[in-house]
Amino acid sequence: MLELRHISFNVDQEGQDKEIIRDISLTLPDGQLTVVTGPNGGGKSTLARLIAGIEKPASGQVLWNGQDITDWSVTDRARAGISFAFQQPVRFKGIQVFDLIRLASGKSLSVADACQYLSRVGLCARDYIDREVNASLSGGELKRIEIATVLARNAALTIFDEPEAGIDLWSFQNLIEVFEQMRADIAGSSILIISHQERILSIADEVVVLKDGRVAAQGARDTVLPGLIGTVSAVPDCRVAETGGNRA
Amino acid sequence: MIKLDEIQKRLLREVADLHQVPEGAYNIRSNGQSAGRQSTANIEITPKTDVSGLEIRIKPGTKRESVHIPVVMTESGLTEVVYNDFYIGDDADVTIVAGCGIDNCGNQDSQHDGIHRFFVGKNAHIRYVEKHYGSGDGKGKRILNPVTEVYQEAGSSVEMEMVQIKGVDDTVRTTKATLKEDARLVVRERLMTHGEQRAVSVYEVSMNGAGASADVVSRSVARDSSYQKFDAKLVGNAACNGHTECDSIIMDHGRILAVPGLEANHVDAALVHEAAIGKIAGDQIIKLMTLGLTEQEAEEQIVNGFLK
Repeated sequence: MLELRHISFNVDQEGQDKEIIRDISLTLPDGQLTVVTGPNGGGKSTLARLIAGIEKPASGQVLWNGQDITDWSVTDRARAGISFAFQQPVRFKGIQVFDLIRLASGKSLSVADACQYLSRVGLCARDYIDREVNASLSGGELKRIEIATVLARNAALTIFDEPEAGIDLWSFQNLIEVFEQMRADIAGSSILIISHQERILSIADEVVVLKDGRVAAQGARDTVLPGLIGTVSAVPDCRVAETGGNRA
Repeated sequence: MIKLDEIQKRLLREVADLHQVPEGAYNIRSNGQSAGRQSTANIEITPKTDVSGLEIRIKPGTKRESVHIPVVMTESGLTEVVYNDFYIGDDADVTIVAGCGIDNCGNQDSQHDGIHRFFVGKNAHIRYVEKHYGSGDGKGKRILNPVTEVYQEAGSSVEMEMVQIKGVDDTVRTTKATLKEDARLVVRERLMTHGEQRAVSVYEVSMNGAGASADVVSRSVARDSSYQKFDAKLVGNAACNGHTECDSIIMDHGRILAVPGLEANHVDAALVHEAAIGKIAGDQIIKLMTLGLTEQEAEEQIVNGFLK
């Protein structure tokens, strides 16, 4: 179980402290799929990075299974079972897809095992296993490989930062299946997804709406979702649609 | 064949992947002497009479054969210049593995300067692999200054793989090539320098015939206080295609100078250079840390991959 207690985070903007996350307290129980949504700039990605340890909070505590991990490094958190899928996956010259999946699994892995992870994200393993994770891969391919590496980690908590970004419609259905399969495979594991997508929101156990660095709404999907869908609060593009396609 | 000691065997493994006596033609040079030599029906190796070195003649049409000519040095203070000439017959297709390993435990510098000339016949294809490796904890430097000259006839193709990853203190590598029509040259250089090491790599490739092409790519990592210079010049004297690329990771207090040079003397000469030098991207390290690697392990993986 992950617990955030009174977490705040600031960035320096033109010499002034700007609060990105304001006093957020949140609990992610084991076995729960939580989706964090809300307008752009609301602090969603920052929240994910704070949990992974990539950013350090200005104040507050992060607890993992009751242990204070606020000062733990990214590596220590990863080893303790926290996994993170980047919104914009990183490219590496020379490192092959197989290398990345092997490193993610943390053990010696056969090519056949690694291929299974690729198949699960809809990539023909034979075509990709030896490819370099470099600029020759498209954004969508890279994103799926990112998700495959996270699957290989088999972690107790997996965070996805906008997994749908860069994924085409066909793969999107596949992505939903990946999340559902993950829940089935790793008993008691929890998943945190940052997303704008209604389809992803619809598989959540709990939905958290972040706005201006605060929790604007939180609760069971069936309670929170009806208040979001068709309103202007969640998705800026909906606002555009509602005004007849005119961007303000 | 002279018996090699364990250090010499280790050096051979490093520079030529040799665990035993190679198949095909070979000459193993150890501390200035031939430690073993074998010619085959198609590949004749003979020592030069005027200077130190070999003449290697590969008959036209020789296919799928290999030549190994590794050099190992374990005596401190040894300095040698070796001239090896390769005559590759028309339509031959062979692999040539050279390379030099120096283990210097003494206080005097050890130096091997190999001057290799390749005369590549029409439509012949060679793959040339040259690895450099140094070890030993003596104060004496390990110095290698290879000179490679390549003369390519029409339609020939040469692939060169140059690797120097560890332990060589000082290197000036000079590679010159002239290409006739439809000749093709591909160079892949991988280099890592540590400590106070210095490595200079100079290329000059002249494409003199229509349809000639050259692709010279260097990937390098400069660590600690080491210095590298990559100086690649392509000259297009005909309708040709040339590409040169220097892609480098800089770490610690390393320094790298990339000097790409293009000279087009023909209106249909298409020449391109790319050069990028930078430290390891922070997000690459973070990504690997989210997989459970420490910062140092992440750096190693990134560098290993980059030089693979």
